Amino acid sequence: MNRREAIGRVALIMGGTLIGAEYLLSGCKPHTSANSVSELFDQDHEAFLNEVADTILPDTPSSPGAKAAGVGPFMAVMVRDCYETPDQDVFLKGIGKIDEAAQKKFSKGFMDLDATQKTALLTDLDKEAKEYAKTQKPKQPNHYFRMMKELTLLGYFTSEVGCTKALRYVPVPGRFDGCIPYKKGDKAWALS
Amino acid sequence: MSTNTYDAIVIGSGISGGWAAKELTKNGLKTIMLERGRDIVHVKDYVNANKAPWEFPHRGGRTVQMEKDYPVLKRDYPLNETNLDYWVNEKESPYVEIKRFDWFRGYHVGGRSLMWGRQSYRWHDVNFEENAKQGIGVDWPIRYKDLEPWYTYVEGFAGISGNRDHVEILPDGNFMPPMEMNCVEKDVAARMNAYYKDHDRHMIIGRTANITKPLPGRTNCQYRNKCWLGCPFGAYFSTQSSTLPAAVATGNLTVRPWSIVTKILYDKDTKKAKGVEVLDAQNNKTYEYYAKIIFLNASTLNSAWVLMNSATDIWPDGLGSSSGELGHNLMDHHLGVGAGGTVEGYEDKYYFGRRANGIYIPRYRNLHNEKRDYIRGFGYQGGAGREEWGRAIPEMAIGGAFKDALSEPGEWTMGIGGFGETLPYHENRCYLDKNVKDHWGLPVLAIDATCKDNELKMRIDMANDAKEMLENAGVKNVQTFNSEPVLGRGIHEMGTARMGRDPKTSVLNEWNQVWDAKNVFVTDGACMASAACQNPSLTYMALTARAANHAFEELKKGNV
Repeated sequence: MNRREAIGRVALIMGGTLIGAEYLLSGCKPHTSANSVSELFDQDHEAFLNEVADTILPDTPSSPGAKAAGVGPFMAVMVRDCYETPDQDVFLKGIGKIDEAAQKKFSKGFMDLDATQKTALLTDLDKEAKEYAKTQKPKQPNHYFRMMKELTLLGYFTSEVGCTKALRYVPVPGRFDGCIPYKKGDKAWALS
Repeated sequence: MSTNTYDAIVIGSGISGGWAAKELTKNGLKTIMLERGRDIVHVKDYVNANKAPWEFPHRGGRTVQMEKDYPVLKRDYPLNETNLDYWVNEKESPYVEIKRFDWFRGYHVGGRSLMWGRQSYRWHDVNFEENAKQGIGVDWPIRYKDLEPWYTYVEGFAGISGNRDHVEILPDGNFMPPMEMNCVEKDVAARMNAYYKDHDRHMIIGRTANITKPLPGRTNCQYRNKCWLGCPFGAYFSTQSSTLPAAVATGNLTVRPWSIVTKILYDKDTKKAKGVEVLDAQNNKTYEYYAKIIFLNASTLNSAWVLMNSATDIWPDGLGSSSGELGHNLMDHHLGVGAGGTVEGYEDKYYFGRRANGIYIPRYRNLHNEKRDYIRGFGYQGGAGREEWGRAIPEMAIGGAFKDALSEPGEWTMGIGGFGETLPYHENRCYLDKNVKDHWGLPVLAIDATCKDNELKMRIDMANDAKEMLENAGVKNVQTFNSEPVLGRGIHEMGTARMGRDPKTSVLNEWNQVWDAKNVFVTDGACMASAACQNPSLTYMALTARAANHAFEELKKGNV
């Protein structure tokens, strides 16, 4: 990121909603003692997170979903390396809370739900997270589902699948054209 | 001739050190360039320059461990996973903050020329004259005409792309073809320029040290926007891409990395410096190097450190301290204030390529007899673009339609941020703290500097003007931002060994020579008598080329 982008992003963040920009500018705010992902997450967790991610960003005719981009394992790495202990706790407990919510709504664990049920459940949680954010105090941790959604977006749109299939990735543009036609449906450029 | 004897020594290898080495070697002087950190070999050592985003485990972000290891760097955007190795090891090289001062350093061959922002603007006579007219600090001993041919010279060699905009306050230069504005920038600029046509306000394309046509050994910019990883195309100016290969090609240059210059050795009999003492950062042994001319280009704060650490019984406060100004008058540009909003009506427009450049709005305040409640002025940098996948889509939650919507570009936004002039205050200073030692047992710098009333008043205009101009140019939903002003954050440190006309009030003369030792030249940001609001590196280049050629002429005449 260069200085101009940093300036632009500060301007944009004022809306308070830019997940990617917020991440790039201030980073994840961290403290952790775990040395390996497996100390925090087991393989079941990663599979679980892959399902959550793939429900947030599923396969469509336009591009593969988050599971194909390995977003579950990516989330585990980010939570291990970039989250403070209190945030790690919120995140880990969130996995259990999703299962509880699934039991409550459908009398089944999250992994046993069908795609429609998963979407319905996480849509509820997204609403809950947005409501929580409205009354969130500055020192309070984020809602676990917001964390999962942010990491899913970051993990997906910076992955090889995301950059090359959901976006258009041009490693060496070779030129700059300041004004080209755009029609609805054209994909955005991937970041460098 | 001892193997440690050269015609010239250059201390530091960043933007100004590279230029000093290039000019001295071009004139046939056997020169050694001493760099305190490791070598970084052009292209070969740009280890992350060709990586895709997904090849970084944290996708370029920052980890807990990084934040722990880089408590200063983490305060702003530079702390990131992609070029972490280009920033100083803060544990090895601490400093003391009497007041918060964000000091972002690069200790390696090339210095911050590898990571710099590349914006390159000339000064105007207004900038050279204001100190004298307003009774601030000391008068610059030079004027624009003294520097003009050197600006032309360094622009041609370094490769500066820009438009000849005919804006009086920002003289046009010896430019390569300009980069292009995108559609929104073009229209916003046209509307702004029309609205303010009687007020001399202009939005222009940034002038940047990215080449738009090839130069020998360098390929024109490929619009990757990965400059700060080091450019495999050599498309932006750095020591490695530009001045170093030219200096090496003369056969007159020796580069010695891992060489911490601890002091300049002063000879009482000749009243000149005879050489430098070097602490080898790897083996901790001390060496001496001798030369007729010494160029000190260790960066503003470290050049002051070298001079202060070169104390003798004549000058216990260091070489060049006789005026009492060494280490004082520390300046930066204050920033983190501006505005941004959205632009409607361009949904069918997009751009191709990642332009590592933005737009610029040159200073317009306190010119043409205008008098605000502060003196001097500010410029803006910024740009427009379409929102990316990180944006919020309030009406959507999750799912396939959400993903497909984020796969498309979002709204157009446009933002600008100010770069404000900071005045030279005697009390804004750095000094040696002998109680705190670095990894090598050397005393560290204490920094005591802060923004004052003039800067704070200026920031109110910087926020309000940004909003007003964007709104008058058709930008919607404009909001301002004004973060806490922190010195150092501009990464434009200046002023700790200022030039002047009088040895009683300045450290350097009109040719950047230390008044107290005329064969020592300081041509980095330390020499600045005022800061203006333009990004300063181009001016350091011009001052360095001018001083180095003067040094050579003086040497020929036997005057140094």
